[in-house]
Amino acid sequence: MQRILNNPDDIVDEMLEGFLKVHSDIVEKTDNPRVVRAKKRSEDKVGVATGGGSGHKPAFIGYVGENMCDTAAVGEICSSPTAAAFLDAFRAADQGKGVACLYGNYSGDNMNVKMAVKMAKREGITVKTVVANDDVASAPKDDRGKRRGVAGEIFMWKAGGAKAALGGTLDEVTEAAQKAIDNTRSVGIGLTPCTLPAVGHPNFEIKEGTMEVGIGHHGEPGIEVSELETADKMAKRMVDIVAGDVPFQNGDEVAVLVSGLGATPVMELYVLYGEIGKLLEERGIKVYKSYVGNYFTSLEMMGATLTLMKLDEELKMLLDLPVNTMGLTQI
Amino acid sequence: MSIFRNKDGKSVVLNIVKAIQDNKAYLGEVDGLIGDGDHGMNMNKGFTLFEKRFADKEFTFSKGLYELGNILFSEIGGSMGPIYGTIFMDAGEAGEKFDEIGSKELSIMLQAGMDGLCEIVEARVGDKTLMDTLTPAVEALQNEEDFLTALQMMKTAAAKGRDSTKDMAARFGRSSRLGERSKGVLDAGAVSCCIILTAMADGIIERL
Repeated sequence: MQRILNNPDDIVDEMLEGFLKVHSDIVEKTDNPRVVRAKKRSEDKVGVATGGGSGHKPAFIGYVGENMCDTAAVGEICSSPTAAAFLDAFRAADQGKGVACLYGNYSGDNMNVKMAVKMAKREGITVKTVVANDDVASAPKDDRGKRRGVAGEIFMWKAGGAKAALGGTLDEVTEAAQKAIDNTRSVGIGLTPCTLPAVGHPNFEIKEGTMEVGIGHHGEPGIEVSELETADKMAKRMVDIVAGDVPFQNGDEVAVLVSGLGATPVMELYVLYGEIGKLLEERGIKVYKSYVGNYFTSLEMMGATLTLMKLDEELKMLLDLPVNTMGLTQI
Repeated sequence: MSIFRNKDGKSVVLNIVKAIQDNKAYLGEVDGLIGDGDHGMNMNKGFTLFEKRFADKEFTFSKGLYELGNILFSEIGGSMGPIYGTIFMDAGEAGEKFDEIGSKELSIMLQAGMDGLCEIVEARVGDKTLMDTLTPAVEALQNEEDFLTALQMMKTAAAKGRDSTKDMAARFGRSSRLGERSKGVLDAGAVSCCIILTAMADGIIERL
């Protein structure tokens, strides 16, 4: 373990300290040290809150900023934020028009959000939730409610955040976020495991020469362990899994997001994207916008996720709206 | 019909804290096999936080449980914060009105904790979670009037419940992603729940 660390127990708080200093033009502190808020928010709009475990940088705080999320609750590494942190995130996002809480489908997050929503209600804050479940590999098609949320959450935040910035009502904001996630599918391939700093050794294994197809952001096993393949074959697997689920058809327009899992060089992500682009073209799927980089990671895991979102005019408009966050900047 | 006084219960709560601290590494190992390996760390963090804040203060058994739950609930996230937070807070709340605690009172408290948990989780017996430990333990307590015997039976039932999770396939939480592959390993929550109930019983037995 060769890490830049002080005491591993303090890593989240120390990361936040650095993050808030660097991005003081985009985010600001709140009364709760585990909740960050966007510095620039248009007055009088619906609040957009999110939250999740740490170790996925830029997610979640990296998507707090103008025209995206207003607040994010921060958990320990790979562990849901507390109900209290979610509640404070709702309070900090609320401007009297209600709050849309857009988060990922994990049992801890579900429980803590549920409790926080209940507590917020007692204070007169209306919170509506949208739960991301874009990870195709985590449950069969007919059991979509069980699927995890992964990098597709970024498209959900983008759509919901844009709708709120444009003055949408709470229902319109959650509908836009729901529409984005309903049209989004993702899959991940893991090449090496990751290690919780305080644990000090990986708690799952990916043997040299193999890859875990359908891996989750915490090393959850996916569809199968196969032999390590070349980039073209890897891309084919990913496109087949993702495009086969929605289904994406000839003539569809999509947004593509290829994210590294943390330790894979960005150079390799472009290689992968090149292959994915060819395959989409073969299927007659038109790429409207694409994103390649480390958008949603898992500590120092090697590998990548592919996310596709099927677009219509509204989703295009929401995707195109300028945004200024640490993780995503569009002019 | 032995009983202990609620106001003498501080040592019982601290006994639970110590048991979690002593088992930090073991819980991490168990969780690492099919979960993400942080169960020992998270539990230890929350229980130790309680110890730091309350070790020098006077508190009753029920108040101690409530405050412990409150710390877990508001400062430890993940799944364990709301799960154990709810159990301890609701159990503590249900025990506030008791000056003396025997098997009937303790079973009312633990039942309240379990009821609170059932409101927020769907898991029940057979799903490879701490429910497999908690449910039979509370039942054992309800079926016996003599407190000492009831506590022994609760310990036995908790251990048996814990062991029953070994051959189950997980349906909830992170290990559920493994489905059939989660068989052959104990559920970390069932293990920590057994540690807690055993330490609670032992702590009470010392007071009887």
